[in-house]
Amino acid sequence: MTDKTDITLTINGRDHAIAVEPRRTLADAIREDCGQTGTHIGCEHGVCGACTVIVDGEPVRSCLMFAVQAAGKPIRTIEGLADGERLHPMQQAFMDHHGLQCGFCTPGFLMLAVGVLEREPDIGDEALLDVLSSNLCRCTGYQNIIKAVRAAAKEMRGK
Amino acid sequence: MKPAAFVRHVPRTLDEALKILAQVAPQDGRVLAGGQSLVPIMAFRLAKPAHLVDINEVEGLDRISNDGKLLSIGARVRHAAFHKSVVENPLGLLLTEVARHIAHYPIRVRGTFCGSLAHADPASEWCLVAATLDATMVAKNTRGERPIAAKDYFQGIMSTALAEDELLAEARLPLLASDAKFGFNEFNRRAGDFAMAASLVCYRLQGGKIVEPRVGVGGAEPCPRRIAEAEAALNGKAPGDAVFRAAAEAAASAVEPLEDHQTTGEYRRDLVRAVVRRALEQSIT
Repeated sequence: MTDKTDITLTINGRDHAIAVEPRRTLADAIREDCGQTGTHIGCEHGVCGACTVIVDGEPVRSCLMFAVQAAGKPIRTIEGLADGERLHPMQQAFMDHHGLQCGFCTPGFLMLAVGVLEREPDIGDEALLDVLSSNLCRCTGYQNIIKAVRAAAKEMRGK
Repeated sequence: MKPAAFVRHVPRTLDEALKILAQVAPQDGRVLAGGQSLVPIMAFRLAKPAHLVDINEVEGLDRISNDGKLLSIGARVRHAAFHKSVVENPLGLLLTEVARHIAHYPIRVRGTFCGSLAHADPASEWCLVAATLDATMVAKNTRGERPIAAKDYFQGIMSTALAEDELLAEARLPLLASDAKFGFNEFNRRAGDFAMAASLVCYRLQGGKIVEPRVGVGGAEPCPRRIAEAEAALNGKAPGDAVFRAAAEAAASAVEPLEDHQTTGEYRRDLVRAVVRRALEQSIT
């Protein structure tokens, strides 16, 4: 065991003062130490993308970052996507296009798609397809996820 | 799937990083840059470094510069930096073309160019670029720095000429001639997977004939390298289907392919033939 470090994680604008070992992944810290369990953990080695969150404006695999590395940086998770009762356009599009079945991978897909579209709003459909290949879904066959993200992309651009 | 315990060091300057690395290297200390290869290996406990020197807070390591001859890429330049051309030279476009094949978007915003070179996975796209273009790797420790030529740098599967107390501070790539032509192709079963074979080609045309050909192959052998036999098949010839096929055949014959439980040597040799031909075809489109 190594000593724990006191850090503050700022998740969806709220500060969480926690003490973690350096080896604590950001994904584990978000869920276990900060109680924000919307971020899901699938493979724990950067392959599945279920744990994708937005750190400093960039979509990242939170299982491949250590919590101590995210201290002081703005972190956004699925819990912060809706505006009160009003769903984010990406969430609404996933509902409208049946972009989920079991829902396990959904938080990761939403944060991936939102993270990329906020950085590159004019990204083309082909490039978006490549982006979506980042994450794994074992239910939908992907087609409805692609439809949902393309529809949300249009709406996000329109705003 | 949790990494073993380690002590994290967070230097703010390169000198400080090198001092810490010198101290902890003998105790299995490693450099942590983007962490997109090292952290998965730690999750599997294939690596259990006692110390990590985290260079994410070191100033100045994310610099890309060019002096008209060389493009210098700092230790913490992320893959995503190459989503757009970083230099007004065919090299900028080449790097952009290659970058989109590296893993996936969220990996590219964290993983680093030099980290890939230090990790030296045989399937690494950046290692192939370094080998094909004869890059120079600049290794630094507390005693100074030394340049390492690509042909001496790659020493085996995930094995390089870097000493344990050396940090790969910079990679230097030669700018290409303004009329340089290039092509890149890799084969993998799913988008973003490790390449089972990849090829980067680069040359110029003089009077309609290929000059200064470079044919690099990665993912097929323990290290990426230029294939002299394939370059000889191109040199002085006009680009075209027959010449490209001859060069691809020469590359396929020259490699000693890696085998694994899913991929026989002959299959991989066949892939080399395909990726070299496709890279050459891309170079004229």
